Amino acid sequence: MNFGQSFRLAIKSLTTSKMRALLTMLGIIIGVGAVIVILSLGNGLTGMIQQQVDKMGINMIQAQLWSVGDGMMPDPEELYDLVDENPHVLTGVSPYINLGGVVRHGDEKYEKTHVYGVSEIMYNAATNYTMDGEQLAKGRFLSYMDVERREAVCVIGAYLEQEAFGGDALGKTLSIDGRALTVVGVLKRNAEFEMLPGSQDDQIYMPYSTVMEIIGDRWVSMYIFTSTSGETADAAKQIIEAYLNKFYRTDDGMWNYFYITTMAEQANQINGMMGVAMGVLVAIAAISLLVGGIGIMNIMLVSVTERTREIGVRKSLGAKRRDIRSQFVIEAGTTSAIGGLLGIAFGWLLAKGLGMLLGGMLVESMGTSGITFDATPTMGAILLSFGVSVGIGVLFGYLPANKAAKLNPIDALRYD
Amino acid sequence: MEHLIELKNVYKIYQMGSETVHALDGVDLTIDQGEFVAIVGSSGSGKSTAMNIIGCLDVPTSGTYHLGGVDVSTMDDDQQAEIRNKMLGFIFQQYNLIPKLSVLENVELPLLYAGVPGDERRERALRSLERVGLADKGKNLPSQLSGGQQQRVSIARALAGDPSLILADEPTGALDSRTGREVLRFLKQLHREGNTVVLITHDNSIAVKADRIVRLQDGKIIYDGDSRDPRAVVQPHGEGEEDEEVGA
Repeated sequence: MNFGQSFRLAIKSLTTSKMRALLTMLGIIIGVGAVIVILSLGNGLTGMIQQQVDKMGINMIQAQLWSVGDGMMPDPEELYDLVDENPHVLTGVSPYINLGGVVRHGDEKYEKTHVYGVSEIMYNAATNYTMDGEQLAKGRFLSYMDVERREAVCVIGAYLEQEAFGGDALGKTLSIDGRALTVVGVLKRNAEFEMLPGSQDDQIYMPYSTVMEIIGDRWVSMYIFTSTSGETADAAKQIIEAYLNKFYRTDDGMWNYFYITTMAEQANQINGMMGVAMGVLVAIAAISLLVGGIGIMNIMLVSVTERTREIGVRKSLGAKRRDIRSQFVIEAGTTSAIGGLLGIAFGWLLAKGLGMLLGGMLVESMGTSGITFDATPTMGAILLSFGVSVGIGVLFGYLPANKAAKLNPIDALRYD
Repeated sequence: MEHLIELKNVYKIYQMGSETVHALDGVDLTIDQGEFVAIVGSSGSGKSTAMNIIGCLDVPTSGTYHLGGVDVSTMDDDQQAEIRNKMLGFIFQQYNLIPKLSVLENVELPLLYAGVPGDERRERALRSLERVGLADKGKNLPSQLSGGQQQRVSIARALAGDPSLILADEPTGALDSRTGREVLRFLKQLHREGNTVVLITHDNSIAVKADRIVRLQDGKIIYDGDSRDPRAVVQPHGEGEEDEEVGA
């Protein structure tokens, strides 16, 4: 009813004793601030992962295969056929064998460099993109003949070209596990600032046939597929699964011989884990909100005692219990709402600062270009924090307000 | 005609420790519309209890109280609040203005609780302030006003809701004699304008400004009549030194 006046009274009592107001709201400010920081950083991380996924291609599907008793595993050609038979969902497949070898050039060793054995299908000349989101800057990609003939050629990342060859690698050689390879192509640089060893700029593609020769394996155990889009990834996964189940005769739903995961699933997994971690942190921060609520209750009880006479006067003038109650509840709600707003501002600034400090490091460690870390709270997080702080004020203000409402007007008027 | 106030055989009994205190001990009192009555008595005579019951701040232990024909003696907290709001205007010794509200906001309070909408509320509060000659002080805080002005504000507040009864509890107690006289003149004027005024005081010299005096002692009415009657101001035996009396 008299919301306006209660609200103005609350603002007045807050501004007349600023120190007391600040101390009253401190718990709420810290609690809401902490929640905002956590949610903002989490939001930044999620955004970063999403960008990474988008960049890598949300249509990417990885398949890990193991051999059965008789050692049989699918041949790459069969999987090429599988893709050709399902053009509505699948656009490509390539072996994707991780060779854990050490790269050498001259006397230098590059131990962090990732070496992948892939087929020529890995690269689409029309779009100038590889299936895992790289672009070619110089030279050519691996060719069908390279794969067929197990040629000792490779395409290297910008980091190696820079570090090992001083920016001119085409036609030169490096060695992997003692095998000399000629550089036929160089990938486009990803990092905006410094290129780091082991980052996305530090990798080598070579014919998978050559890799298998080096490691002495007969079967390809790792593939990457691409689906037509992110939406068809699940359908594509099912088709691959169905094929592999048939191949391994494990149509009964056993999956022991292969493991397929889409990019979206991986991102969901990471996000799921982060969600749990954030939930735990927010729960801890919520303890501060509880303490803040108790602080508000405490100061409201003091305020009710201080203003006993005022309550008596209001009652004598016709204020009913609910009028007095709502006055004090509104006052408590306003106090904690302002605390909440301050907490949101404080948390936002802190998150921005932390984001700038940590974000750069995080982005560099991801090594992917064009990825940004933006620790901004979502609108939902802001509204939620604000709502919770108002709710806490109302909840913890209710008891003191009720005490005020039940005061006997005669006693209250006589109070000094 | 119906009486405005009608107390019938009213008792108010407190238990103070092992002692039972009869603050009001069988009081019968009627006050009609348009009267100016002073309830007089020393401390402990029961006049404060009488004022609380007449002011619907308290209910009698037994007996009935009809205000404007309505039995208010059995009402609960909120019902009493509504009666106070609609029918009563209080003037207190300590003015009891709310320090953080402006003068105008203070005067608006009874209208606020009556649910009068904002514009009308301000207008009526302003008119009420005009009646006490303080229309220009509406934006001030009570602390910026003198004691006499503050008491006039509290009178304006009491008048704002057009009450049937104005209850003044020692209205001059905190004022110097000159401003006290001013306030009394104002109460008299309100009476002339047709308002019913009940004045509660311990001071005979103030009580005689009223037309009728009701004298209380030990919870009983010992005199009820014209204030010009010499018996109205005679100190009965045993009364006089206030501090000797104890009780509610």
